[in-house]
Amino acid sequence: MLTGAHFLDGDQAACEGALAAGANFAAGYPITPSTEVVERFAARIPTVGGTFLQMEDELASSIAILGAAWGGAKAFTVTSGPGFSLMMEHLGYAAMTETPCVLVDVQRGGPSTGLPTLPGQADMMQARWGSHGDYEIIALCPNSPQECFDLMIDAFNLAERYRTPVLFMMDECVGHMTEKVVIPSAEKIEIVPRRFTSLPPGEYKPFQAGEDGVPEMVKAGDGYRIHVTGLTHDEQGYPAMNWRGQEKLLRRLVDKVRKHPPVRYEERDLEDADVVVLAYGITSRVALRALQMARAEGIRAGLHRPIIVWPFPEKRIRELAAKAKAFVVVEMNYGQIVHEVERLAGGKVPVTLVPHAGGTVHEPEVILKAIREAAQ
Amino acid sequence: MPEAPAVARGRKFRGSVFIDWDRCKGCGFCIEFCPPKVLQFSDKFNTHGYHPPHLANEAACTGCDLCGLYCPDFAIFGVRIPLETEKTEADPAKS
Amino acid sequence: MSTAVASERPVNPVEPFLRTDRMPHIWCPGCGIGTTVNCFARALVESKQPLDKVAIVSGIGCTGRVAGYVKLDSFHTTHGRAIPFATGLKLANPGLSVVVYSGDGDLIAIGGNHFIHAARRNADIKVICVNNFIYGMTGGQVAPTTPVGATATTSPYGSYERPFNLPYLAESSGAVYVARWTAFHVRHIAHSMAEAFSKKGFCFIEIIAPCPTLYQRRNRLGDGLDTMKLYKQRSVIKNGASTRDLDVGLQGEIVVGKFVDIERPTLQQNMEQQLRQTLKDRFAGLGGA
Repeated sequence: MLTGAHFLDGDQAACEGALAAGANFAAGYPITPSTEVVERFAARIPTVGGTFLQMEDELASSIAILGAAWGGAKAFTVTSGPGFSLMMEHLGYAAMTETPCVLVDVQRGGPSTGLPTLPGQADMMQARWGSHGDYEIIALCPNSPQECFDLMIDAFNLAERYRTPVLFMMDECVGHMTEKVVIPSAEKIEIVPRRFTSLPPGEYKPFQAGEDGVPEMVKAGDGYRIHVTGLTHDEQGYPAMNWRGQEKLLRRLVDKVRKHPPVRYEERDLEDADVVVLAYGITSRVALRALQMARAEGIRAGLHRPIIVWPFPEKRIRELAAKAKAFVVVEMNYGQIVHEVERLAGGKVPVTLVPHAGGTVHEPEVILKAIREAAQ
Repeated sequence: MPEAPAVARGRKFRGSVFIDWDRCKGCGFCIEFCPPKVLQFSDKFNTHGYHPPHLANEAACTGCDLCGLYCPDFAIFGVRIPLETEKTEADPAKS
Repeated sequence: MSTAVASERPVNPVEPFLRTDRMPHIWCPGCGIGTTVNCFARALVESKQPLDKVAIVSGIGCTGRVAGYVKLDSFHTTHGRAIPFATGLKLANPGLSVVVYSGDGDLIAIGGNHFIHAARRNADIKVICVNNFIYGMTGGQVAPTTPVGATATTSPYGSYERPFNLPYLAESSGAVYVARWTAFHVRHIAHSMAEAFSKKGFCFIEIIAPCPTLYQRRNRLGDGLDTMKLYKQRSVIKNGASTRDLDVGLQGEIVVGKFVDIERPTLQQNMEQQLRQTLKDRFAGLGGA
């Protein structure tokens, strides 16, 4: 395994993070600006022990990893906007069948083919709601190559802990930005192992959960003769296609995340802040520049950066809404996460969006202007 | 207790079938493709309203289980019962 | 009959392979899918497969429900995607014998791209396609297998598209074993399945089967039994026939048999060989469970 300090771009660092997390299976389909992740994995994994397979499309990639996961692997796939759209089918299947896996989306400008080589942050709501039906999802948003490494490990750990697909929402800037990445030695990296059952076949029910709502798992070939379906199912895994079955299953799938939400964010200078700037991914780094300029002008403003974007840090945003005078939400889209902030601010404080269609990052001056206006 | 059926001379077993009455959907595959044609539709209905087969000519049944291989509802299968160890048993076709 | 006798009742040979707690199944009277499941069970016995190491993967549709009725590790996946799921499962856990069991619409229409690519790369999976020439679960729509002239709910005046010849498609794409039978040919099906299970690589078995509720009824071809009798009359066994000549029409001959049985290294074998040759001592294996 690689350790020590390296000069890596975000895509390469995400690959190293996956390897450090113990990923031993990836399937992918080439798409800019994400391809470097699987290119590196294809080169690295045979020397570490594992499999990479380039599939015929993103539909295949996103379900090959689920097959691999049920075969016992720690698996992930990587894509960008158009491929992410195709993967929605299996995001839902993974949520329904509680298959631990990681899907990386290196966001580019959209819709459709959009801006293949330029950044966007407009897949954030697709990440939350893109597959049909109700489900809870976990999504992380790194803002540096170092975080691409660190958070990728967290992504795999969260997938095992909650038995959900975990989305890794990068953007082209973070993916292609090269910085120093420090990789600790393996013993310093905490790995959450798969929660395999200790019950014998006969006593084990594949979708029976304990108090935390997360069932224990087995892999195919272990003698349990499990049934896994994307249909609404009971604890045995058998179809239970009526309102009772639906209510029971959906409530658990939602509650296992909602009742114990993973929360992670970074804050800067919020102690005395009148204005809370909320930004994530690469945009948070531009926002920091704007915040320095604002502080230089004597404006009391600070940053809230959600790192786990889904589930959204609701409790913290409500707390901030009770103290601050205004929110400024900066994102590389025409308004996605801002709706969450508006909902949680509940009309108590004004929320201003600083949108950007993508293709490049914001100008700090544009953000500064919004901070100035919000501070008045 | 029905009489033990006459079987072909020299045979060390008698053939018979077992029928899961309520699984049958009355497709007739077993009746049509039975090589010695020993099955017929019953007059009675099962709980789903189908007429399952019954063993009309047990003596000719070879217990080949082709009925079992054809039955799309897993409702019938053939067996070969060794003659020397045979116990007094009710007609399985009526079970 | 006394209860004592009832408890001695022999067990249907297919029973140990079924999730009996899920019976009766959803298939219509005269549907051929259940018949193929009997053959599948016999084939597992004949090929001496350790059942804990057999996994079955289905897509969506009537045949897609097989996975839910068979007492093996069973995966009912999304529409058309059974093959890539199975590919991932097999690569991650090479000790498994992985069977894909699905319908013509699932495997060949929405899943057609996956089908040809899995055959091309010779993924070590056994694909059983029950072909009833129509979409059953959704109510009888035209399929890429529907013969020209046959009516379906979405081709009410008769289908005008040339259907796929599945054995030809499978062979051209790279399958190492290709056979076709009808649901009438139960012993042949069981034997073919057993042969495929004992073989490495992408094996394809097409089983033409009645859908009396939709395909037969709409096309005035009688019920399931009439269809099975027609299969008996219309089928001609031509082992080794050129797959090019295996089109199936609304009427006329159905050529059945085993057409392809060749050896070719599997995806996994090729992968290992290439990586070992290039990386030598640095190759750390494919990491399977």
